[in-house]
Amino acid sequence: MNKIIKELVTPFVAIIIAILIGACVMILTGHNPLTAYGALFSGAFGSTVNLSNTMANAIPLILSGLGVAIAFKAGLFNIGAEGQYWIGSMAAVWIGYSVHGLPPILHISLAVLVSILAAGLWAGIIPGLAKALVGAHEVITTMMMSYIAIFLSHYMLENGPMMQPGFVPQSPVILPSAMLGKIVDRTQLSWGLVIALVVCVIVYWLLYKTTLGYRLRAVGLNSRAAKYAGINVSFNLVLALFISGMLAGLAGVVQMLGVQHRLYDSFSSGYGFTAIVVAILANNNPFGVILASIFFAALSTGGQSMQLVSGVPAHLTDVISGIIIFLIASKDVISLVQKRWRRRHSLAPVKEA
Amino acid sequence: MRTCLEVREITKSFPGVLANDHVNLTVREGEIHAILGENGAGKSTLVKIIYGLYKPDSGSIRLYDQELNFASPRQAIEAGIGMVHQHFMLIPALTVAENVVLGGEPGRIHYRRKENVEIVRQLAKQYHMELDPDAKVGDLTVGLQQRVEILKVFYRKAKLLILDEPTAMLTPQEVEELILVMERLRSQGVPIVFISHKLDEVQRISDRVTVMRAGKTVNTVETKSTTPQELANLMVGREVVLHVSKPPQKLGEPVLQLEDIVVSSGRNEKVKKVSFDVHRGEIFGLAGIDGNGQFELVEAITGLLPCKTGRIRLLGKDITSSSVQHRTNAGIAYIPQDRQLDGLVMDFELTENFVLRDFSKAPFARLGQMQVKPIEEYATRLSEDFDVRPRRIHAFAQNLSGGNQQKVILAREVSRNPELLIAAQPTRGLDVGAIQFIHNKLLELRSDGKAILLVSLELDEILALSDRIGVFYAGRLMGIFPSGQVTREQLGLLMTGVDLGSGGRL
Repeated sequence: MNKIIKELVTPFVAIIIAILIGACVMILTGHNPLTAYGALFSGAFGSTVNLSNTMANAIPLILSGLGVAIAFKAGLFNIGAEGQYWIGSMAAVWIGYSVHGLPPILHISLAVLVSILAAGLWAGIIPGLAKALVGAHEVITTMMMSYIAIFLSHYMLENGPMMQPGFVPQSPVILPSAMLGKIVDRTQLSWGLVIALVVCVIVYWLLYKTTLGYRLRAVGLNSRAAKYAGINVSFNLVLALFISGMLAGLAGVVQMLGVQHRLYDSFSSGYGFTAIVVAILANNNPFGVILASIFFAALSTGGQSMQLVSGVPAHLTDVISGIIIFLIASKDVISLVQKRWRRRHSLAPVKEA
Repeated sequence: MRTCLEVREITKSFPGVLANDHVNLTVREGEIHAILGENGAGKSTLVKIIYGLYKPDSGSIRLYDQELNFASPRQAIEAGIGMVHQHFMLIPALTVAENVVLGGEPGRIHYRRKENVEIVRQLAKQYHMELDPDAKVGDLTVGLQQRVEILKVFYRKAKLLILDEPTAMLTPQEVEELILVMERLRSQGVPIVFISHKLDEVQRISDRVTVMRAGKTVNTVETKSTTPQELANLMVGREVVLHVSKPPQKLGEPVLQLEDIVVSSGRNEKVKKVSFDVHRGEIFGLAGIDGNGQFELVEAITGLLPCKTGRIRLLGKDITSSSVQHRTNAGIAYIPQDRQLDGLVMDFELTENFVLRDFSKAPFARLGQMQVKPIEEYATRLSEDFDVRPRRIHAFAQNLSGGNQQKVILAREVSRNPELLIAAQPTRGLDVGAIQFIHNKLLELRSDGKAILLVSLELDEILALSDRIGVFYAGRLMGIFPSGQVTREQLGLLMTGVDLGSGGRL
């Protein structure tokens, strides 16, 4: 219990400081922070519809956040969750509109299976093997693979094989048999939420209750000791990136089958990058990922209504998330300053004497 | 004799630890004064306070007639206190002369090189230390580098020399030379404070000894009027058995057989055609100075490094190209020399560290799932059997002291009931109590008929425990000697590559 509280302190303090700084900005630009934050809160949680949309926004963040977190646990920085998300999305939409005559359960399962495999291989094969065999840094390789995935989607949609007949660069709509049902009608909240929560429990179980998780964590924390323990470090690095990619890909699948139902031409979904922030704020704890995802989802859905009601630009929420990242990343700096201050403090009486 | 340094009632606490508790120390002019104590007794804290690296909470320090209240080492240096740290602070790419004057070079903007060399030559002569001022520090042996450090101190006109564990990195021959240097300094009236946890050298070198235990100065005694036994008891606070008793034992069948092993690491061949056997019921000691390839050999036996050529056999079976896992299962246990880097996952709980080698085997795992109950029971049993403190199996490894971390590794490795135990530096950095515990465990395993390969940089450890001793130098085995038939000095020479010739070979 104590442990949980201790782990919650840093993110909580970071969030509060960020919100306070946001308030200062609002005051300086002549807005009332209380009305603005009030609007943000009610826009995110104020009604069934708003709450549903916030939760719907959180689903892809939870899944891709879990992906980034599991890679972090194995000591890898999967910065390319965005690309893996796109690969998952493309595969899901393709299965969704091109495979006919399957009952929904099979059609959805097939889409999920193919897509997460594709996304897993996207992360596992090139970045994973490159890391394991020649030590190429995964930050670079996953990032580059991410660009390739995004541009591949442009190719597919802009007069490419996945473009719907006509002039709009978008894919055909997936068949009804591939769509995930809604939990709340007329909102974006699909049964994908249940998938996300179940996957979260699975990831927790995998990391802390299985030998596979033990291996991944040992490799992440001390690869030399892992080698000494007889663990195949290279294989587990590839595996970690593979699983990470699968989860990011699953985020794409659930978003396609549950919300968008077709692939639009775009530069970024934003989910894959926010996922990194989510994992960092959650300190890679699977259940923390849920909380952090809801927080960031609330910022983005609530931000719109904040802009409408109080005139504070919705982009201020980006400032707030930026400050949070900065504070969490500088956690070590803060503890260093604390230490120094304490030392100086303890010296003071001697000087006087 | 005048009093040179007087430390009175120094107290210093860190969060959670009282590192120095009303410490008193008096150093007279022209004496060699040893500060003896186990790791964590507060020796380093004390000298760091004297040197101005820490501020004491209370207490006072006097150097001759001057009250000292340092805010920084610079002030300590100006007042005349010189310190040689255990890890040298030299720049390898510069010459001896340049290193000595660094930070106080002769000349202002224009650096006068010739004058510099001459000053250092004079200084070396004055203190009877043979050193070539133009030699590059990186090319010198550790012993000579230490002299450069000492000269550095005297260049800054030190009135008091503090040596922090000066013999830790030296070979026996270099220790002898250091003792000579120290004695000459004493004859010139320079007081020396030296820190050590080794009884024999304190006994040999010092005039008086101050023993520290748990942050307190227990007693100061004249070295001549005391015995190692008495000092050990003062240091530990209870009766200590100094000499391990080793019952004679007959050699059994060979457990580990090495044939012409060659190991490369990086671009160099670190082990060059080494062959020897380790038998049941024996401790085979591998002596040598660090960096001569002995640890690469160990990694090749454990499977962490590949063998380029040669054959490794365990109980007759060829394991030259087996995986680490396979070798572990075949009965090789290994205590790595760096427990924090190789032996433990510091951010894992003890439960997880206890099963590091067997986490995927029944009863600790079933169908890929970790079994909490059996792991916890196993961890509890091992913590009790090996007296791991604190007795909290869910503590993180990083929160344990070095001695207890080592006990966790030892417990894990020994409890697997291995055929061969490879212990690399098993007592490095541990205090007397923990060393005793680990030595006894090794001897217990020996009488249980296990084969033990002990690799250590401490000659005393090798001499005390081994049945046979192999000396490693530059990737080669200089010879194998039954213990008792080779002296400490002969081993020291062999370790530096001096072939004793046919007459010396046994």
